[in-house]
Amino acid sequence: MKEYPWGMTSLAPSSASSTALHQESVPLTNIDVERIRNDFPVLHQSVNGHPLTYLDSGATSQNPISVLEAEQEYYEQRNAAVHRGAHTLAVEATEVFEAARETVAAFVGAQADEIVWTSNATEAINLLTYSFSNASLGLGGLAARQFSLGTGDEIVVTEMEHHANLIPWQQLALRTGATLRFIPVLDDGTLDLLAAANVVGPHTRLLAFTHGSNVTGTINPVAELVALARKVGALVVLDACQTVPHLPVDLKALDVDFAAFSGHKMLGPTGIGALYGKAELLAGMPPFLTGGSMITTVDMTHAEFLAPPQRFEAGTQRISQAIALAAAVDYLRETGMDRVAAWEAQLGQRLVTGLAEIDGVRLLGPGLGVERLGLAAVDVAGVHAHDVGQFLDDAGIAVRVGHHCAQPLHRRLGVTASTRASTYLYNTTDEVDLFLATLAEVAPFFGVNGGVKR
Amino acid sequence: MSDLQTLYQTIILEHSKARHGAVDLAPLTDAVSRGAASGLRVAESHQINTTCGDEVTLRVSLGAGASPETDTPDSTAGASPDTAVSDLVWAGEGCSISQASASILTDTLRGLSVTEARALLENFREMLRSRGKIEPDEEILGDAAAFGGVSRYPARVKCAMLPWVAFEAALIEAESQ
Repeated sequence: MKEYPWGMTSLAPSSASSTALHQESVPLTNIDVERIRNDFPVLHQSVNGHPLTYLDSGATSQNPISVLEAEQEYYEQRNAAVHRGAHTLAVEATEVFEAARETVAAFVGAQADEIVWTSNATEAINLLTYSFSNASLGLGGLAARQFSLGTGDEIVVTEMEHHANLIPWQQLALRTGATLRFIPVLDDGTLDLLAAANVVGPHTRLLAFTHGSNVTGTINPVAELVALARKVGALVVLDACQTVPHLPVDLKALDVDFAAFSGHKMLGPTGIGALYGKAELLAGMPPFLTGGSMITTVDMTHAEFLAPPQRFEAGTQRISQAIALAAAVDYLRETGMDRVAAWEAQLGQRLVTGLAEIDGVRLLGPGLGVERLGLAAVDVAGVHAHDVGQFLDDAGIAVRVGHHCAQPLHRRLGVTASTRASTYLYNTTDEVDLFLATLAEVAPFFGVNGGVKR
Repeated sequence: MSDLQTLYQTIILEHSKARHGAVDLAPLTDAVSRGAASGLRVAESHQINTTCGDEVTLRVSLGAGASPETDTPDSTAGASPDTAVSDLVWAGEGCSISQASASILTDTLRGLSVTEARALLENFREMLRSRGKIEPDEEILGDAAAFGGVSRYPARVKCAMLPWVAFEAALIEAESQ
């Protein structure tokens, strides 16, 4: 038993939590969630005189004790540069660093050598685009030719992308002369799949899209989109930032070529993310960042590069973060991703049901009964999102306000900003209900029509 | 009053809806030439709060003095101390704090001399940056004193300052003409 300064006692062993034992197919309940919450120190505090209600996990998630301890334990016992040095600490550090890669890879159905560490998903997508840029300049030789883009080639994204899966492709198109096209979004916030069949055509070299929308909570039909891409021989890049943390995801089964996800959205620390790439594809890609730890032999004019993933990991790595991310994955795996997904699906439907009861509140994206992530973004008529967020914050409720790094999608849905509540495995139904009740008070407070429907 | 009511005082909520001085701005070049015909120097500034996307375009018309009907405008001189803020109009969108601030700004500064307006702006800025330490002086600030509660919310100070920063920039621009 261990005492913590924030006044909680954890029964968990230092390596993993005992409160989140995976019981196959036994659904999570509020009682389980209360136990889970005990593993998250940050949740046990007051904000503006109210218990914190954290509904912003879509932006960044909180860390269980096991993750905090994994990072601390690394620094207390093993800190050393990995893949260089032969001393004991360096060997141990390398071992745990590579074990972390195996853990994270297995979590998404990949082989360890198909996971490249990055700082976050944004960097993962930039790594891809700059590698393809380099391939377009002729670097990487014959093997890299399949990634080379130029005039006449088309890159296809969607109108619902987070800026992280849009701007890097815009920039790649500018650098290579390729054309950027997009699959439009329908009024209900889902992709226009009929249009997609026309947008993805003979010139499409690459299709990049999000698995789940961070605004509407829509889960995109990956198989259908992959089939469109395969028909024309295009590569598929999946932004899995909102799904790997919340759903069981098997990247191999989804048959995407590349995928990106972020550690801090899945109970891990900031500063760590991953790029997944099929081994045979990574093997042909030229590096993006270059320098130490990614080479075999170097002379004054030339360098030979290591095989992936090291080829893409120049410089001293994010070692403690990778290890802590593996601890986060252990926590999620032990809880059971099927149970996490089912719980959040329930919270998502509860959100949508409750929002329909509030006058003057417009849900962005699909309505009740449609499969969605455990998040919902709304527009409150007559009240700016920042005022909504301020009102909720006053009640201790943390939500995201603004465009959530998806300006084009907001524009498409006819709003400039929205208020988003996003849940995770540590949110209770009471918290969702508190959010809904408080949201219903927003319009009356600001003197506009709205509130609970009568 | 709760903290939230201190932030969102009634006068702020009213101004966020009333939006005094908010207009569909005519093209700036038209406004400048029309102003020149009546001896006014017209300039504007567009400010964006990048953290939330709020924006305000504020247009200033400077006249020669407090009583422009009797004074002869002297367009060759720089801004003399008694140059007056003859008119203020704006367009923009954003949260209630930024929109109310623009509305109250136009009510508060219109008709003041440039010197008075600058002094008031500085007083307003100092109060907002004080994190609640400086009590707003209603004698000086008038309705703008209602933003005193904002200074305790550092994340919202920018919202309240946005139109005032636009005013400051537009003023410099108008004076340089």
